[in-house]
Amino acid sequence: MDIQPIFAALRKHKIPAILIVLEIALACAVLCNAVFMISQRIGELHMPNAIDQAGISDLNVQGTDPKLANADIPRDLAALRAIPGVTAATGIDMVPLGRSSSNSNIATTPSGVFQKDSPNVAIYMFTKDGPEALGLRLLKGRFFNDDEYADSKPGSNSYVPGGHVVVLTQNLAKHLWPNGDALGKQIWIGPQDTYTVIGIVADVLRPNQNGGPSQFYWSAFFPIGPYPVVTDYIVRSAPQDRQRVIHEAVAKLETLSPNAVVKGKTFTEIRDKYFANTRSMVWMLVLVCVVMLAVTAFGIVGLTSFWVGQRRRQIGIRRAVGATRVHVLRYFQTENFLLSTAGVVIGMILAFGINLYLMQHYQLNRMSWYYLPASAIALWVLGQLAVLGPALRAANVPPVVATRGA
Amino acid sequence: MLGYYLELAWRSLKRTPILTALMVLAIGLGIGASMTMITVLHVMTADPIPGRSAELFYPQLDPRPMEHYTKGEDPPDELTWIDAMNLLHAKKGVHQAAMVGGYLTVVPSEGATHAFIAGGRYTTADFFAMFDVPFVAGSGWTTGDDDKRAHVAVISRKLADRLYGTSGAVGKVLRLGKYDFRVVGVIDNWNPAPHFYDLGVGDYATQEQVFVPIETAMQLKQPIMTSMNCWGDIPTGDMTKAECTWMQFWVQLDTPAQVRAYRQFLIHYSKEQKQLGRFQRPPNTHLRDVMQWLAYNQVVPGSVQLEAMLALGFLLVCLVNTVALLLVKFLRRGGGLAVRRAMGASKRSVFAQLLVEAALTGLAGGLVGLLLALFGLWVVRQQPAAYAGLAHLDGAMLGVTFVLAVCATLLAALFPAWRACRLMPARLLKTQ
Repeated sequence: MDIQPIFAALRKHKIPAILIVLEIALACAVLCNAVFMISQRIGELHMPNAIDQAGISDLNVQGTDPKLANADIPRDLAALRAIPGVTAATGIDMVPLGRSSSNSNIATTPSGVFQKDSPNVAIYMFTKDGPEALGLRLLKGRFFNDDEYADSKPGSNSYVPGGHVVVLTQNLAKHLWPNGDALGKQIWIGPQDTYTVIGIVADVLRPNQNGGPSQFYWSAFFPIGPYPVVTDYIVRSAPQDRQRVIHEAVAKLETLSPNAVVKGKTFTEIRDKYFANTRSMVWMLVLVCVVMLAVTAFGIVGLTSFWVGQRRRQIGIRRAVGATRVHVLRYFQTENFLLSTAGVVIGMILAFGINLYLMQHYQLNRMSWYYLPASAIALWVLGQLAVLGPALRAANVPPVVATRGA
Repeated sequence: MLGYYLELAWRSLKRTPILTALMVLAIGLGIGASMTMITVLHVMTADPIPGRSAELFYPQLDPRPMEHYTKGEDPPDELTWIDAMNLLHAKKGVHQAAMVGGYLTVVPSEGATHAFIAGGRYTTADFFAMFDVPFVAGSGWTTGDDDKRAHVAVISRKLADRLYGTSGAVGKVLRLGKYDFRVVGVIDNWNPAPHFYDLGVGDYATQEQVFVPIETAMQLKQPIMTSMNCWGDIPTGDMTKAECTWMQFWVQLDTPAQVRAYRQFLIHYSKEQKQLGRFQRPPNTHLRDVMQWLAYNQVVPGSVQLEAMLALGFLLVCLVNTVALLLVKFLRRGGGLAVRRAMGASKRSVFAQLLVEAALTGLAGGLVGLLLALFGLWVVRQQPAAYAGLAHLDGAMLGVTFVLAVCATLLAALFPAWRACRLMPARLLKTQ
């Protein structure tokens, strides 16, 4: 198809043409960035977490006497294990995605702990059976043995576990030793507190994302005896048993420690609550995108209808001198395609610029390149759909219009 | 004249109901989305303690060792126990209070099985006067109570209602864990947002239920909740001797002279502590007022700013769309306008008439936008974020909504109206 006449016509209708280009450019720029933000959030929602997410439940206990922890914790755990359906139970200092967290800077040299950029990791401490209760997936090495649990109590003047062994997530191990085997290596928490890496597990999320998405898997696991750092019990059961198990467990714990305040939740609930904000943000962004595309489409329909109306006579003449309906239809479609192309080219440059700006000011990642052509295609399609109605109306202009005075 | 223009505008809008509806909807959607996000941003950046925020200051000191000292580095956000107590007892401000967040086991009269955890704040006597905390009954405790480590407590109205019902709570016994406290005051709903005096417990944390003297709480080893920074061994025992920063401190300074004097005092204090061997670094102090403190801590989440920017981008798309639709509308009416021009109306009056029409559209769009914003804010309030509950439209924002809608539409109408005025009446009339 010859596009020369289209350019000639557009030169006569500069302003509506510029407006369409501008609309598509803006829509394309906003769409690119919004879709990119959506995909980032959805990525967060689906972050894998190598524990038995469907089977574990958390019991948070507050208000017990720390002095009695030594006797209370083994007693409570025995009671929890006795509940029918419970396959494992452990005491732990915090829960993945539970928000409340204990973190520490660690290093691979004794002096490195004082360095500002030493990695800040989540310090999980659990009692015997911790790996079974959480459902940790061992990739290399081993878990703790009974002696290591028994030997580990918090230092006399610190929160740091007293044992000398640690299990790291794969992600953290890779960060600490990028090209080596972490197994058997040492980490330091304080200048004197050193731990040997005895196992590597599949990645487990931290209680919260304070260090940003890149540090979300920086978790370290330590064995601990029955000491007051234990604030939660984790029980594992079949998914369908969880509600009953929680119900019985809360009742049991409340009878055992009458002063305690016990709260039970399934891990699914904890995870849903953690990501609730993200989920609603995703919906909001989706809504904004849909409405924005609709508004853009209205604009295109409005402008194209207007100039179809203006050019009825010219269309009539074309029909009279032999153009078919399809020719007229194709004419408007091609015209829209050309305008859309100009729009998406400007839009993609804009989108890229906005992304650069956001990266500088809001710690956003670089947008992958394919968001640009994807949005471009979306707007091409939108433009074609929007122009279809007015173009069909144009195609239906009878040739006889040419003979009438306008 | 305006009445006539309004009538013309009304007729014109009625003649093209679909186009009008589209324009109103486009403006409404843009305004609705952007006002929702701007309101959230506005609420989040609001002054938490209006009228007083310029008089309240947060001092920072740097008690850390020389290791890894870099010049120009910010001092820690919190203070050590020793420094907080020294600043408190120096009494260099009009009021001053040291404080830290914590949580307490409240044992109601029904017995230990009904115990629950309540958020608490351990602080000193001036807290209530300095922050203008409204009391329903009773008052705060005295400096004497602080020094004596008295078992006194100030509780929130919510907790008072829960524990003592409608009867007066002042003078009643409040059982916290193993200890009995005497209630000396009940405070009204008071929840500054952002939670400026302690951002460590959450920028938009909710109100504490129990306030007790900090020395008492430390003596009874009540659990604290704060962001702690340590450089020695991490202690589990006596926090008052720890090499950690974990306390907040606020001071009221009414005049610029007092502020200058306090800055000098902080530097002098740092030097003195260095001579004593407690501090190692050269004086590294800061004194920020409430709004500076909030800005320094970047209280508004990046995600909210991003959403606000996205909403503004959306508004821009809607405006360009409105320009397009108005252009269509005005140019289509070319004939009518030409008749008016031919009958003697000046370009200026045609322009004014078109702008009146646009303003009317904008007003309608503003109304739609307002409804959408109210709905949007309702949705925001359903979210679990800590700031969500604050998202309400106040009078000022209501006004801003309409002003923004009308201004945006007028801005969008300028160009189409100018184009429409420039049409040649003679040519248009001829082709009719």
